[in-house]
Amino acid sequence: MRAVITVLGKDMVGILAKVATKCAEYDVNVVEVTQSVLQDLFAMIMLVEISKSKVPFDELVDSLKSMGEGMGMKVHVMHEDIFNSMHRI
Amino acid sequence: MINSHDILETINMIDNEHLDVRTITMGISLLDCLDEDISKACDKVYDKICRYAGDLVSTGEQISKDYGIPIINKRISVTPIAMVAAACPGKNPVAFAKALDRAANTTGVNFIGGYSSLVHKGFGPGDYNLIESIPEALAETNLVCSSVNVGSTKAGINMDAVEKMGRVIHEAASLTKDRECIGAAKLVVFCNAPEDNPFMAGAFHGPGEPDCVINVGVSGPGVVRAVLAKAGDCDITQIADLIKKTAFKITRMGQLVAQEASRRLCVPFGIIDLSLAPTPAVGDSVAYILEEMGLESCGAHGTTAALALLNDAVKKGGVMASSHVGGLSGAFIPVSEDAGMIKAARSGCLTLNKLEAMTAVCSVGLDMIVIPGDTTPEIISAIIADEAAIGMVNSKTTAVRVIPAIGKKPGEEIDFGGLLGYGPIMEVNRSSPLKFIQRGGRIPAPLQSLKN
Repeated sequence: MRAVITVLGKDMVGILAKVATKCAEYDVNVVEVTQSVLQDLFAMIMLVEISKSKVPFDELVDSLKSMGEGMGMKVHVMHEDIFNSMHRI
Repeated sequence: MINSHDILETINMIDNEHLDVRTITMGISLLDCLDEDISKACDKVYDKICRYAGDLVSTGEQISKDYGIPIINKRISVTPIAMVAAACPGKNPVAFAKALDRAANTTGVNFIGGYSSLVHKGFGPGDYNLIESIPEALAETNLVCSSVNVGSTKAGINMDAVEKMGRVIHEAASLTKDRECIGAAKLVVFCNAPEDNPFMAGAFHGPGEPDCVINVGVSGPGVVRAVLAKAGDCDITQIADLIKKTAFKITRMGQLVAQEASRRLCVPFGIIDLSLAPTPAVGDSVAYILEEMGLESCGAHGTTAALALLNDAVKKGGVMASSHVGGLSGAFIPVSEDAGMIKAARSGCLTLNKLEAMTAVCSVGLDMIVIPGDTTPEIISAIIADEAAIGMVNSKTTAVRVIPAIGKKPGEEIDFGGLLGYGPIMEVNRSSPLKFIQRGGRIPAPLQSLKN
């Protein structure tokens, strides 16, 4: 099962590193990353493989969310299927 | 990888535009719970609902967490209780309402629908008793919803039932007058009622349905409004296209949730209801979509045309996104549940007459409209007759859910709280339809050709 992690907020040093470290902690493998910085706004989208995750999905979601809040960023973790079904025919 | 624009769009829809799945409704047949002994029948009803829907709420919550999509309501609809109660003649069917209420509390659902009766052609055994008992049932329970189908395109309109329902609605409001007349807010009178509607208060599990089924109602007026706001100065054709595309995306999400719920609960998937269901939250309003199209206020001339366009585009977009579509499917216009409608009704721009015209082109009918408490039962019956006639002639579902605000007058307001919202009391036409309503009988089914 794959999930999409999005991180939105004001750009700062170490966002990618922090999220990636957290993923590694849980055995969540990063498959793909795209990020863009428009003026001050940072947007990162990460596709991750979560089938070997050490923690259940909802715990992963909560943990990444609260880490994001600590950095003043908005973090969403959602199942890949949502985007596939909404945006692909 | 999925396009990052698409990902951000979905997240924005959920975070800022109130995208959600409005309800997962489990339909349960009670036809195998019949018993001459009413207390045995009630036990069977309670047991079956708890057995089938025991995991409904926790499964809904888990899906919501796994997919990151808010699922607002989990509900149950059951076989019209008049059919079950028919086996216990002479007994007060309120016992069934109480059993339903207990089952709803045990399973943790938000509402349970099906204290219902289908009398479009006449009263069967059980129907008369059940309809008479509706006010008491709604006053003595919290989560039970009731509906009565009084007409259909194939059968015509049962005017005896229409006459009765005017009194029943008035009494339902009177019995709950210390609780904002909430009884009447849980009671819908239908013409052409769908058997698989997941939305309350009109949900029931029709006799043609399987033993158990999952129906899902999507929502998303906020998303549609936001898309139109971003679109700027485009023409109406483009507006219709944008709505279709958005409805497609919203429905796909509903379809995903429905399939997942069906798989996890081991219950067959029934239908997706493609309705745009507003909530009183600002930004989650159907009226604001109409205003975004260019009307100064909902209720202005042009509202019916704008609503017709919206309703049709939502269906066209949604139909392709789901394998089975049903229920009410369209745009809802419940006054007290829609911030834009409330505003328009308060300013006097939106009147009962305009709402009636709007119901000819949208999904349901006169919904959640607060009327003066001294409105006579025959006027309520006549409102029902008018609305049923619109549904009967146009081969569509129409409904009436009006709430007589006992002891209150036009200009005052009533607040139900939660998703039922709040709203101003709207004036009705006071000329008497008494003789017409008292005649009884049936309006014959309309001709299906020579359509003009």
